[in-house]
Amino acid sequence: MKTFIKAAYAAVIYLFLYFPLVVLGAYSFNASRYSLGWKGFTTAWYAKLMNNAQLMDAAVHSLTIACCSATLATFLGTLAALALHRYRFPGRKILSGCVYVLIMSPDIIMGISLLVLYLVLAIPLGFWTLLLSHITLCLPFVTVTVLSRLQEFDPHVIEAARDLGAREFALFRHVILPMVMPSVMAGWLLCFTLSLDDVMISFFTTGPGYEILPLKIYSMVRLGVKPEVNALCVIMMGITLLAVPTAQWLVKDKKR
Amino acid sequence: MKTDCSFRSFSIGLVVAWLVIFAVIPQILVLGASFLSTSEQGFLSLPLTLENYRQLFDSVILGIVGRSLGLAGMVTLVCLILGYPFAWILARAPRNYRSLLLLLLVIPFWTNSLIRTYALIAILNTRGLLNTFLLATGIIQTPLRILYTQGAVLIGLTYTLLPFMVLPLYSAIEKLDPGLREAARDLGASRWATFVRVDLPLTQGGIIAGCMLVFLPALGMFYIPDILGGARSLLLGNFIRDQFMIARNWPFGSAASVFLTVIMTLLLCLYAWRKTTTRQEDRA
Repeated sequence: MKTFIKAAYAAVIYLFLYFPLVVLGAYSFNASRYSLGWKGFTTAWYAKLMNNAQLMDAAVHSLTIACCSATLATFLGTLAALALHRYRFPGRKILSGCVYVLIMSPDIIMGISLLVLYLVLAIPLGFWTLLLSHITLCLPFVTVTVLSRLQEFDPHVIEAARDLGAREFALFRHVILPMVMPSVMAGWLLCFTLSLDDVMISFFTTGPGYEILPLKIYSMVRLGVKPEVNALCVIMMGITLLAVPTAQWLVKDKKR
Repeated sequence: MKTDCSFRSFSIGLVVAWLVIFAVIPQILVLGASFLSTSEQGFLSLPLTLENYRQLFDSVILGIVGRSLGLAGMVTLVCLILGYPFAWILARAPRNYRSLLLLLLVIPFWTNSLIRTYALIAILNTRGLLNTFLLATGIIQTPLRILYTQGAVLIGLTYTLLPFMVLPLYSAIEKLDPGLREAARDLGASRWATFVRVDLPLTQGGIIAGCMLVFLPALGMFYIPDILGGARSLLLGNFIRDQFMIARNWPFGSAASVFLTVIMTLLLCLYAWRKTTTRQEDRA
């Protein structure tokens, strides 16, 4: 009986988490345009989506930004993790504190402060400002992911490599990097989804010339939604649903 | 070992430079902007003033701040009450199911939060699925008005932020030694006493971390109140956004943002302080 109550409770929570996603998926195949009732199965919205150049453009922009910022943030974040783990230098504690504060801080604070920075530096808002902002958003998450992996290591491996004459860069390239690779890739995928998902920082740091998907959806939701947005959401959901288990699998695999 | 040194300085230098330029300096600029005034031509201009902070404590703004703090607190409480037993169940599930259950928790939370919020509209609508279900089963006679109320915002924020509460709780509960609970029961503690005097203190770190991960984003998130709350539920995040994007009163918006940063800093200090005191207790 007790196990049953526990399972039921967990099921209710999962239902709460998944129900909206299921509803969205169902509506993307619903033939009815306005009413919420079911009017039959159709893939018309998917076809219509393909012809909606604005939406497709925004989707391509989003994917571009997500790929670029994930790659650069992973590079920087891995270096940061390495620096925090291996080196002792003045300000190390502050740097690590900074990483955690960035994770905790509300996105709106980062969005606004970056907007002010770009204004002061007179950088026009668009692709570049968006890219820089997303790298800053993602960097601490990579650092934490890679750092936790580094801390699990046997330090003797590194000592052995040193004794065999490996220089710092060779050590990084041939010993440390291969060992942290799964978490580096997990970090990349995490960044990719963070960047695709971000509304708040993008809202402040992109210009009218460079529209990305979350912002496009945001403006559409406020003006009245077209059913092809449902279809697009399902496709984007599919992309993240592929990315996340891959990341999880990468993290889990290395533990053996 | 010249190359050693240069790789070391390269990695540290690059990272520090990035964080200084894109995290520290922008914050200083916002702090600076909060003491400036607006002018006809630019967004920011001299003279220096404390006017923005004085305005922040005007009754209307204070109302918004109070409402935001109240709602964020409420969301945190609901997430904690829903999340604690859930995290407990996950952490005590058979070992080989645990990672699958965690993955199931994480999947929706990696799906675009805007898209998920948007899906909630279809459910909470007056003629939405929830009302249709409740009417059909005869639980209610007239449709409930949930969408565009404070309640809808509460549901939306809880929905989006719940995993942030469950994950730290899960790792705290998983570390909890079941032997301690058994010992407490053997010594005659009731279920409730065991919970209050053993479980709660030992999982305190997870509770505090989870509450912060929910409370802080809940304060700043502007799109959920926007989409689910309608025009009337103005919260701190929306207010800051509007000062920047609509009213074009950047100094005032900056002051509000600084206020939010101060709340965050206070909570982080509290967290850090708790952590060091617990560690000292552990050592003693």
